[in-house]
Amino acid sequence: MTAETTTNDIINRVAHVMIEELKLEDVTPETFDPDIDLVDEIGIDSMDLATVALVLQDEYGMRFDEDDYPKLTTIRLIAEYIKKELS
Amino acid sequence: MITVSSLLDNEWYERYRKISKLNIRSSIYDVTNRCNLRCRGCFFFSSGEHKAAKEEMDILKWERFIEKEKDRGVNLAILIGGEPTLCLDRVEAFYKRLPTFCATNGLIKVPRDRFPDMMVGISLWGDEQDEKLLRGQDCFAISSKNYEGDEYTYYLYTITPRQLGKTERIIKKIRDIGVKVHMQLLSNDESVDGFSWRDGELVDICAEMDEMLDHYPDTVISSRYYHKVITSGNMLDRDFGWLECPSVTETFDNRNPKPKRLIHFIRWASDLKTMHRCCTSETRDCTTCKDGAAYMSWVMVNKKAHIRTAEDLKNWIEVYEMFAKLYRFIPW
Ligand code: SF4
Ligand code: SF4
Repeated sequence: MTAETTTNDIINRVAHVMIEELKLEDVTPETFDPDIDLVDEIGIDSMDLATVALVLQDEYGMRFDEDDYPKLTTIRLIAEYIKKELS
Repeated sequence: MITVSSLLDNEWYERYRKISKLNIRSSIYDVTNRCNLRCRGCFFFSSGEHKAAKEEMDILKWERFIEKEKDRGVNLAILIGGEPTLCLDRVEAFYKRLPTFCATNGLIKVPRDRFPDMMVGISLWGDEQDEKLLRGQDCFAISSKNYEGDEYTYYLYTITPRQLGKTERIIKKIRDIGVKVHMQLLSNDESVDGFSWRDGELVDICAEMDEMLDHYPDTVISSRYYHKVITSGNMLDRDFGWLECPSVTETFDNRNPKPKRLIHFIRWASDLKTMHRCCTSETRDCTTCKDGAAYMSWVMVNKKAHIRTAEDLKNWIEVYEMFAKLYRFIPW
């Protein structure tokens, strides 16, 4: 598995968790733009992010630092954060 | 999936961008247990909160506490009491460290040489008769002299049921001294006769608040959606109350499922250790609570729910802008 594939896998998983946990409608992990601004465009707030982070932390066995939430504005950035924590 | 940019034209999108990243994190602080008034209907005294904790007298402890609050991520200190202006050294300790809003009855003037741009909200309960009856004196007569022309001050005009059809005169009085005004509704915490809202009155006062906003847009800081939500107690087909309230102290919040809420919000007593349940008194009935700040926050924390039609989102933007103006995050 290449590094790039791994990031894409995580992106897909983050999108999946986000749709499930936040009950987002009319979107699938495949159609979820990983670069869309989650805060500005979809209205996701730090409470939503905390909900998603809890699930992802369990899945990946890592921790999100709450102070980093403001930086995690896209699915790609969240995926890269997870990947960095795992490396 | 509906996105913000798909719902807004350029002008509204720009307005949205200006507020979308403000990330306001407020907490509320009882600066003192004392007051130079004893209003009938004051939630603080009627619920016994003034006796809940012994006031911390050491200013160094206040300063250390505020530093810790800052580290906790608070970026807006809302000072209430009692009457905060009785303890200006404590107010100053906040003001030097955090964006600060000070609620006051306006009887003591905040010295502008010490607090040049601190936002001050003066409480005003109805008209002269209401104020005499509920607060023992016509506070406006004094506060209007203290704060005439002050650009960092607004009146928090608590409308009582007896004000129906009479609010315009008050709005004009405030306009004439060159100060802004924000309207909210009396919750009548001490069940004073004739001061509880009756069926139908809230619909009428909603229309009157809309009219005031339309006629005095340079004076009134408000939004039609806020009027609708606070008078009906309903937002997006959901009813306000304990299960929805965003202004519950974090450590008291055992609700399940957790509603959208203010992140890390705490209302601190003046011993700097005790916490109160919410932004108003614990004895207040949530089903009749009309706390303006709680209602505003209710709309604000439910952003995603408003990203469904252009109208809903514009309503949300207007309420957020109103809050941001009242707490000086954006200019009037
Ligand atoms: S001025 Fe405010 S704190 Fe003082 S008694 Fe009246 S409502 Fe209560
Ligand atoms: S009294 Fe009002 S502010 Fe307090 S928890 Fe109930 S609804 Fe919220």
